[in-house]
Amino acid sequence: MEFPFVLLIGLFFAAAVYLMLSKFLVRVLLGVVLLGNGVNLLLFTNGRILREVPPIIPQGHDVPATLTANPLPQALILTAIVISFSFFAFLLVLVYRAYQDLGTDNGNEMRLAEPEDDPLPPTGY
Amino acid sequence: MILVLLVCLPFVGSLAAVVLLRTDSRVLAARMAGAVTFVALVLTAVLYPSVRDGGKVRLDLEWLPQLGLNVTLRMDGFAWLFAMLVTGIGFLVVLYARYYMSEEDPVPRFFSFLLAFMGSMLGIVLSGNIILLSVFWELTSIFSFLLISYWHNNAAARDGARMALTITGIGGFCLLAGLLVLGHIVGSYDLDVVLASGDLIKAHPLYLTALVLILIGALTKSAQVPFHFWLPNAMAAPTPVSAYLHSATMVKAGVFLLVRFWPALSGTYEWFMLVGIAGISTLILGAYFAMFQQDLKGLLAYSTISHLGLITTLLSLGSPLAAVAAIFHMMNHATFKASLFMAAGIIDHETGTRDMRRLSGLLKYLPITGTLAMVASAAMAGVPLLNGFISKEMFFAEAVETHADSVLDRILPYVATLAGAFSVAYSLRFIHMVFFGPPPTDLPKPKPHEPPHWMRFPIEFLVLACLVVGIIPSLSIGPFLHSAVISVLGDRTPEYSLAIWHGINTPLIMSLIALVGGAALYVVMKDYLAKCDNGPPLFRHLGGQRIFERVLVTVSWKWARWLESNLGTRHLQPQLRLVAAAGFLAGAVSLYLAGFSPKPLAFKDVDPIFAAVWAIGAFCALGAAYQAKYHRLAALVLLGGAGITTCITFVWLSAPDLAITQLVVEIVTTVLLLLGLRWLPKRSEKVDNSVSFSARSRRFRDFLLAISCGFGMFLFSYAIMTQPVPDAIASYFLDKAYSEGGGRNVVNVILVDFRGFDTMGEIAVLAIVALTVFALLRRFRPAPDSIEKPEQQRIQNAFDAERPERSAGDTVRDYLLVPSVIMQWMFPVIATFAVYLFLRGHDLPGGGFAAGITMAIAFLLQYLAGGVRWAEDRLRILPLRWMGFGLIMAAATGMGAWLLGYPFLTTHSQYIEVPFIGKVPAASALLFDLGVFSLVVGATVLILIALAHQSVRMHRVRGLDAPKAEEN
Repeated sequence: MEFPFVLLIGLFFAAAVYLMLSKFLVRVLLGVVLLGNGVNLLLFTNGRILREVPPIIPQGHDVPATLTANPLPQALILTAIVISFSFFAFLLVLVYRAYQDLGTDNGNEMRLAEPEDDPLPPTGY
Repeated sequence: MILVLLVCLPFVGSLAAVVLLRTDSRVLAARMAGAVTFVALVLTAVLYPSVRDGGKVRLDLEWLPQLGLNVTLRMDGFAWLFAMLVTGIGFLVVLYARYYMSEEDPVPRFFSFLLAFMGSMLGIVLSGNIILLSVFWELTSIFSFLLISYWHNNAAARDGARMALTITGIGGFCLLAGLLVLGHIVGSYDLDVVLASGDLIKAHPLYLTALVLILIGALTKSAQVPFHFWLPNAMAAPTPVSAYLHSATMVKAGVFLLVRFWPALSGTYEWFMLVGIAGISTLILGAYFAMFQQDLKGLLAYSTISHLGLITTLLSLGSPLAAVAAIFHMMNHATFKASLFMAAGIIDHETGTRDMRRLSGLLKYLPITGTLAMVASAAMAGVPLLNGFISKEMFFAEAVETHADSVLDRILPYVATLAGAFSVAYSLRFIHMVFFGPPPTDLPKPKPHEPPHWMRFPIEFLVLACLVVGIIPSLSIGPFLHSAVISVLGDRTPEYSLAIWHGINTPLIMSLIALVGGAALYVVMKDYLAKCDNGPPLFRHLGGQRIFERVLVTVSWKWARWLESNLGTRHLQPQLRLVAAAGFLAGAVSLYLAGFSPKPLAFKDVDPIFAAVWAIGAFCALGAAYQAKYHRLAALVLLGGAGITTCITFVWLSAPDLAITQLVVEIVTTVLLLLGLRWLPKRSEKVDNSVSFSARSRRFRDFLLAISCGFGMFLFSYAIMTQPVPDAIASYFLDKAYSEGGGRNVVNVILVDFRGFDTMGEIAVLAIVALTVFALLRRFRPAPDSIEKPEQQRIQNAFDAERPERSAGDTVRDYLLVPSVIMQWMFPVIATFAVYLFLRGHDLPGGGFAAGITMAIAFLLQYLAGGVRWAEDRLRILPLRWMGFGLIMAAATGMGAWLLGYPFLTTHSQYIEVPFIGKVPAASALLFDLGVFSLVVGATVLILIALAHQSVRMHRVRGLDAPKAEEN
């Protein structure tokens, strides 16, 4: 059971890292989305995997009657989903604005602050 | 209470000087500063009865008691004496500065800095917690920086200020480290506890570490060799600042610290060697350098360095009597040196120069100032019947005694006498060259005259103090000195006498030798000194300053450049690659070091359906990566597939909340990406097919790195999965969720109750992101090259144009008409579903976040179905209001607990019976969740609308461009 699951995580990470190493920001963006999924699944492994026992206390009990899934990683992942969503939205708009202002979505060509052939400042007093 | 007032008052005055008064009048600012310092002086003075004879005033305010950090203020006899010095000389300096500062200078700022400095200095003196002391210590460095650079259009002032800040800042950092070590040794940061555990400290293996660090702090502040060079450069400051900070108070902070920690740290061989070497070399070098200065203030600065060296030397000896002499000399030096600085300021003010080669015969023009300066210089030289003489005698007496038998100890009497002779020589030089001789010939201001009386008053007062203390020491300073000494030395207080005549003994003979020798030295060197360059022979071109600048240039310039050119890159991609590689190595190395060996991979009990789902997920992820270059839409669809896989995984593996949230977030993400991709550049396979070797190798390298990272994470998660579950806090949440949180859905209870504060931060982040997106896209239009209509719309319009019975836009309008109608009708359904998700959230999967995004999707569908105009004609959403309401709601729920006397975000839960619906949970957490819901709706809608509005603006751009096209 564990093996295919961790294989999936590994593949998510590999694909995400490959996309993020691209110089085109749109691909970096797609990589970020995929990375968010990978990280969430990785966090999920911390609670181990149990089938069909959600951490919900049944009616008439004060504590869970049977063994249930670990709620803590789930709560953390819920937060992580929200944060990675906001991060993604921000990044998307940033890429969009950068494209409009600089006319490129190639990270290596965004050289407003450091023009390509800008000479170094003098190296001595 | 008075202590708090005393420390706060100057800061209040400082703020008032710049913020409240908002005046350019130097009189008003000066009066206010004068009033503040005078009140501080009176407040200090009235505390005397409680600190007499070893008494102590103490005040504790809790700050971070868990870390041992408290705002503890304490005043004992020594602190009182020093506080009197700070406030008293402060008052005189304010009075003096009132006349010294010219109308053109921004005077309120000057007084503001001066008062703030006074507050910091009082803070150092009164701190009863060593960390608090370090905080005030840093503040004095900062205000000293601001005061030195007061005339910031002057390059020397800027350089001097930067140097002072660098040196004292490094010292302050070391001091903080040293005090932390000290606190670690003692187990408390309370000054009284530290002082009482001297034996423990000295026996501790970390003693030397703490000692060296604290000494670096003290010696940099007090400008001791080899850190002395910042002080002469600080003389670019206005003269009142030099008189106050750089002779009377701030440079005394170093020796103050040495005295303060004297009971806890001194008396060891290390102490004697470190402090002694610094003190003795400063004493002799400072005096030697002072003789050859041509700048009046330079002479006084080096003389200050030398006298501070004298105090340090006294403290190094470790004998109680020497400590008495050190405290006494601190006071004496402050009196005569401050008055001399002020006199130098008057000379500069009246003649326009401080160069001693140009000044001469000024006694005729400045008779009173000249006389006062002569008395003060005599005190500096140690002439009998003046205060400098008494403390110098005590120093000579201590120098003769043997404390720790070493070369240093044996040469001390000779060094002391020599330094005494030097100080006589430079004092004589100061007086003789400035006030005697032929009338001055080339002064920038030709007719010097006496300053206004109140400008001279501070000097008169201080010189009078020199005389009174010098003639009747035991009646004037005696009792105050005694309470200071008792508070430092306690039981070890020695018998000492402040008499001026002890009979003919060795110290007296040493004094005589120094006086005669110094006078002779001056007579011999007079002609050379009158013409020589600034700075002492031999050392003129070899200064700490030069070394300092070399080091600064090397570290901050050459090394930084070298690192940048060898390790840095100006491209984003290699940086990302470095980050990824470093991340991989960090994980791999730590796994390897921890001795990780994965269990053999097990293929058993693999559910084929799971395996199939995950295989699809893996295919989607890899496909997305593969297609992302040219087929962005395909990549987007595949990405959605990967997201759905995650979602199904969550459902199946007992995380329904995650699944719901993942699903709705996935939907919104996809819509966002679709909206975004519409405006981002396409890349066509045909254009971009030049595959060079370097591109291939780069891609291969990226591929390898990605595979390694993926493999690393694979191993890492496999390692986690095969470990037994540690018994962590999860069971606590499961046990308490219903009994204390009042909810059956444990994940939701954790979010809105146990970890409510985290959730609060999280929604704040969401709000910030939404506002940022809004700000980035507001008033912003797409670039002209992406406003062309999509291909499909063009074909449809062309179709309309060909047929006479159709008008342009008909096809576009009716395109996907049936789905749009369905989407419009879905609005109430989805909205109801959102409410349902929200209400069941506390007991069953759902909750504010998922409900919020669902609600946002309901709005979103209306935009998709009818277009921006159609949707906004019918629906005014006002997302900013939703967000504001949500944030206020969440915060107010949290603060509601305060009213009932509970900490922030304490929840209360119960069920109430609602007609037709039944029992409804009504925990206060529900209100909090309502805030989350509202904020999420607002933020998500705001982001989507901001992007969607681009298409509305696009039409405007097109409208603007159309006439231009016709003109062409």
